[in-house]
Amino acid sequence: MINASLKEMAAALAAKKISSVELTQLFLARIKSLNPDMNAYITLDEARTLAQAKLADARIANGDITPVTGIPFAQKDIFCAKDWRTTCGSRMLENFIAPYDAHVISQFDHAGAVNLGKTNMDEFAMGSSNETSYFGKVKNPWDRERVPGGSSGGSAAAIAARLCAAATGTDTGGSIRQPASLCGFTGLKPTYGVVSRYGMIAFASSLDQAGPMAKSAEDCALMMNVMAGFDERDSTSLQRDKEDYTRDLNKPLAGLKIGLPKEYFAEGLSAEVAKVVQDAIAHYRKLGAETVDISLPNTRLSIPVYYVIAPAEASSNLSRYDGVRYGHRAAEYTDLLDMYCKSRAEGFGAEVKRRILIGTYVLSAGYYDAYYLKAQQIRRLIAQDFEEAFKHCDIIMGPSAPGTAFKIGEKADDPVAMYLQDIYTIAVNLAGLPGMSIPAGFANKLPVGLQIIGNYFDEARMLNVAHAYQQQTDWHKQMPEGIA
Amino acid sequence: MQWEVVIGLETHTQLKTNTKIFSGASIKYGAEPNTQADEVSIALPGVLPVLNAEAVRCAIKFGLAVNAEIAPRSIFARKNYFYPDLPKGYQISQYELPVVGKGSLTVQVGDQEKTVRITRAHLEEDAGKSVHGAQEGMSGIDLNRAGTPLLEIVTEPDMRSAAEAVAYAKKLHELVQWIDICDGNMQEGSFRCDVNVSVRPKGTEKLGTRREIKNLNSFKFMQQAIEYETQWQIDTLEDGGTIQQATVLFNPETGETRAMRSKEEANDYLYFPDPDLLPLAISQADINAVKATMPELPEAMKSRFEQQYGLPAYDAAAITASKPMADYFVSTIQAFGGEAKQASNWVMGSLSAKLNEAGLEVINSPVSAQALAGLLKRIADNTISGKMAKDVFEAMWAGEGDADDIIAKKGLKQVSDSGAIEAIVDQVLAANAVMVAEYKAGKEKAFNGLVGQCMKASQGKANPAQVNEILKKKLA
Repeated sequence: MINASLKEMAAALAAKKISSVELTQLFLARIKSLNPDMNAYITLDEARTLAQAKLADARIANGDITPVTGIPFAQKDIFCAKDWRTTCGSRMLENFIAPYDAHVISQFDHAGAVNLGKTNMDEFAMGSSNETSYFGKVKNPWDRERVPGGSSGGSAAAIAARLCAAATGTDTGGSIRQPASLCGFTGLKPTYGVVSRYGMIAFASSLDQAGPMAKSAEDCALMMNVMAGFDERDSTSLQRDKEDYTRDLNKPLAGLKIGLPKEYFAEGLSAEVAKVVQDAIAHYRKLGAETVDISLPNTRLSIPVYYVIAPAEASSNLSRYDGVRYGHRAAEYTDLLDMYCKSRAEGFGAEVKRRILIGTYVLSAGYYDAYYLKAQQIRRLIAQDFEEAFKHCDIIMGPSAPGTAFKIGEKADDPVAMYLQDIYTIAVNLAGLPGMSIPAGFANKLPVGLQIIGNYFDEARMLNVAHAYQQQTDWHKQMPEGIA
Repeated sequence: MQWEVVIGLETHTQLKTNTKIFSGASIKYGAEPNTQADEVSIALPGVLPVLNAEAVRCAIKFGLAVNAEIAPRSIFARKNYFYPDLPKGYQISQYELPVVGKGSLTVQVGDQEKTVRITRAHLEEDAGKSVHGAQEGMSGIDLNRAGTPLLEIVTEPDMRSAAEAVAYAKKLHELVQWIDICDGNMQEGSFRCDVNVSVRPKGTEKLGTRREIKNLNSFKFMQQAIEYETQWQIDTLEDGGTIQQATVLFNPETGETRAMRSKEEANDYLYFPDPDLLPLAISQADINAVKATMPELPEAMKSRFEQQYGLPAYDAAAITASKPMADYFVSTIQAFGGEAKQASNWVMGSLSAKLNEAGLEVINSPVSAQALAGLLKRIADNTISGKMAKDVFEAMWAGEGDADDIIAKKGLKQVSDSGAIEAIVDQVLAANAVMVAEYKAGKEKAFNGLVGQCMKASQGKANPAQVNEILKKKLA
């Protein structure tokens, strides 16, 4: 059952082969045995989780069933969930009990899904290895000396180790896709504005987007049906008709034009990863797709641009953590300024501080035009690169990350090397486009992800492209050793 | 040296919406602390702002009222600074692209008209309040006010005296109430003015260094503060000193202004567009929809009153100085049906004097428009003289009844029966032979004396015009 698809789980629940409580207990038992080493979850609340499972069983008994009713999901600890401790991976919120539900959480609740627990993450989603979490490192189930990627590292490890049916994540610069690549599962970052950000703790507001992390494209499609949709509480939420993301899963791929950006296969990409990605693309040709060479000339600028815009927004978004109303407050202080300084110095980790400093710097009078304004101009150029590219192809493919999972500590002291982890994913966030990562094979026994980038609102098409591949390959079904 | 003061105003008007500018929490004044602080007001992790459309409509109304450009696209920006009553660590305001652009407001200063240019008006949220002293050694934060919608209205440095600044502020105060976007309550902080003051040698162009007087919440204090500040700056310069740009506070008890922080300590607010809010788009159709709900503006009403009622410009301006006053006047005229000038005299004269004396607003006048019209009718039909009417009005104000009741009760009915008046006149002429002789000898003044005697003999009730007429006839 732990390796079953959401559809199979739903069928088993509907046929009463298993109850939601039993299914939930199955995962809770696995968490109990594996999580102490893996550290995928920050907060577990068995009583609350099982109460939800009981409610789901009652719904199922009444025939009030959605495709996710009774299925246990892991929630990234960036989403506020009423009465759950919600830490965002930070000491600042170590004791913060959210008094309200994020839109994503209430969508799962309304659908009758079960919340298994809150997953580990880089502090305030700032990181690519889950090493910045105040609640400790997360291990990659494929090799426990390695990182799971980040920032949604806890959700990633939970899926790879089958500690949940599926999980939610958020992606500001690659935080769903890079861990999906490093942990060998399917993750989707939707078009900006498709999933409401209400109740999702902000890192960089113009880039943050929640999305599904699951074992397959089909599972992601089912989760998108739960997560997506207009929410009036988020002004950047898009007012669009509700769509069924599973509708195109089985469309044939014949005639599909795949664009291959030359910048994504250039220096910096590991040869082994390149080979796996090229093999996957070759497979698509066999499925009837054709490939065209394209160029995204401003790709190299995406990291510098991102590291101006994201910290600028973050520096302001994190100002509310001042120790006044909630969150960490220093035990002793002499006056107001001292309280601010000590509380924030103690509550935030090094990477968060680094980004607050960068952000404050680029917004300062005299630097704003040279940094923030310039970055916004280049951001438009990056979006135009994609606009131009999509004139020549339907979908873009390339690697999700430049390499496979790296060793814990390997890049921890080199922020720039860490930032380069997101070289292939960041431009998608800057442009607001949807991006996916699907398992495409292994290099040195470590998973490699294929990135699929679609045009705005082309999620259903991307899921179709991913699903077609997953019908013919079994990379996505493989499990790490030692988790049974 | 002759000095000239240069003044510009920034006014924060609290908009009359039901809820906060970026959330559904109530903005009602005076609630228990933090009972109107929802998750957005507290700035919990993960919350997002949603713009209140009513606040935008208020801004459009104001733009239309001052003939301003209304931006088809304006931007909300974050003004970042740390303060305990600022829950997000930034205030959402508008910076580079405000919703209302250049406009103007013409005000009456004495018998001069003065046009003050409006630079801009922008939407923003108010902060909460720090509460000191409620608990020993602790400060409290009340976030009820956090997120209250404000329209900040900024002028060009166009005013040249405290009187001009106060006239502008008063006119603006009336206008925002007239168009119903602000309750104008200065005690509760619904209308707060910051005044920028600088001085320069008269005849020169270059602006002096300004100091900003913060948070003036009465026109009297504004007048005092500007006068004190102006003199202080002149004295400082004449003593060879220089003015440092600064923010100052006015102390009503000493009548002095005092610097609270200098420019050196001023913050860099790290403004940038708020990524949580889309640019505010306002179409011509949106503007037209608001236009359809606009009341007639004071200027238009003033012209109409001049034409429709034949009022002199001065009267029309005074009557339209506030909406309730204009409403009162119109109700009076409608109930009276007589000469409009008569009504405006009474409204501007006795009524306004009594209201001022009692510190009442016209809507709370003990003499209603209908009651005043009743009085005017009795003057018009010669039941009472204008002089008697003043007494009747006093009695009406004191709550003794309507005009007719009082006239009857006090027996004030004017005598207009010519037979009765003739008898009185004969009596007076007989008793005052000396005055009659003086008059006949060419002493005009003696005539007035005789009129006075007649009025006295009638206990003031005789119609003075008739007395005049009959006296003249008899003395001819």
